[in-house]
Amino acid sequence: MWCGCRRLLQSRSPPAWLSRPPPAAGGSSPVRPGGGRAYAPPAERKRFYQNVSISQGEGGFEINLDHRKLKTPQAKLFTVPSEALAIAVATEWDSQKDTIKFYTMHLTTLCNTALDNPTQRNKMQLIRAAVKFLETDTVCYRVEEPAALAELQKNEWDPIVAWAEKRYNVAIGSSTSILGPNIPASTKETFVSHLASYNMWALQGIEYVITQLKSLILSMGLIDRHITVEKAVLLSRLEEEYQIQRWGSVEWAHDYDLCELRARAAAGTLFVHLCSESSTVKHKLLQD
Amino acid sequence: MAALGCPLRTLRGLLRELRRASGRAGRPSRDTPAYRHIVAAFRAHRVTSEKLCRAQQELHFQAATYLCLLRSVREHAALHQEYHGKGERSPEEVAGLVGFRLPQQPGGKG
Repeated sequence: MWCGCRRLLQSRSPPAWLSRPPPAAGGSSPVRPGGGRAYAPPAERKRFYQNVSISQGEGGFEINLDHRKLKTPQAKLFTVPSEALAIAVATEWDSQKDTIKFYTMHLTTLCNTALDNPTQRNKMQLIRAAVKFLETDTVCYRVEEPAALAELQKNEWDPIVAWAEKRYNVAIGSSTSILGPNIPASTKETFVSHLASYNMWALQGIEYVITQLKSLILSMGLIDRHITVEKAVLLSRLEEEYQIQRWGSVEWAHDYDLCELRARAAAGTLFVHLCSESSTVKHKLLQD
Repeated sequence: MAALGCPLRTLRGLLRELRRASGRAGRPSRDTPAYRHIVAAFRAHRVTSEKLCRAQQELHFQAATYLCLLRSVREHAALHQEYHGKGERSPEEVAGLVGFRLPQQPGGKG
């Protein structure tokens, strides 16, 4: 949630984190559209750069907008450890047309979070926050009526819970009571020790995905490549999809939320994978 | 493993999205580092001696995730522009919605 607030703040006031000259002949001051409008949408920054490129520094890969180096909101130099991630961030910046829409740049936001750590949480606090979500996990909360929805939840969510129980050798279960499922402490410890094997950047990504999908189990399914992003988002929004099938879809609300959730979950998953991989190429000689 | 479909389809979808995503019309999308990286990665993983190659599936999953990201960002931005991007109406427009016109007050409001 605070990611969205920060984005809004960024788009309102000119961010100090871009080392740029004062706005010049581009005419970047907001022009009020129409005459005497009571409220206009917050003025967005115009795209002030032509080219986006990547360069390698000591700490990792950096992004260059024209010849200026990109910086985080707290004015640190923007460095990422992985080249593929840097290319993806550069593509985000390059795909902005006339104005910069920060709310579409999820990977940049995630990198800024990982670099700045504005909530000042250490690794253990992040892990505890992530595992805490298990107590209120979406796929463990079942309804009793309407019967069609209960059936749908059983058919769609039971397999993924069973997969998680088998994969991590834990007991999770599901519940229809308002208090939620009773998660044994050993289950939590297993997840804590599993998450401890990820580095700090990947953990930020994992916690982000969990917060968006409202489910630890679905997020682990994504991280372990067991389900696709589209499927995870569908499972997370199962009740909404059920109601949409019954009552119809409202494009400006349902499709909007669906696209936004898909974008965020995909960005988080990609972020985690790119931050925690290390690729080696083994060339085998052809034996003839 | 996730049901991902054919890698060729993912690759083609990715290249299409990248072409749509390039903001400035000047450069062809083939010059962008993203295009080069993706094509190189797909080429590198094409030849493998193992039947079930884990790295290949990892790459395909990453590619499918990135494709989902690009596609949903584009659709989300389009929906935002269409439904939420216009701000409030002015008092004249609001009056015009129901067929009224605001009175002209040459001396300003009393």
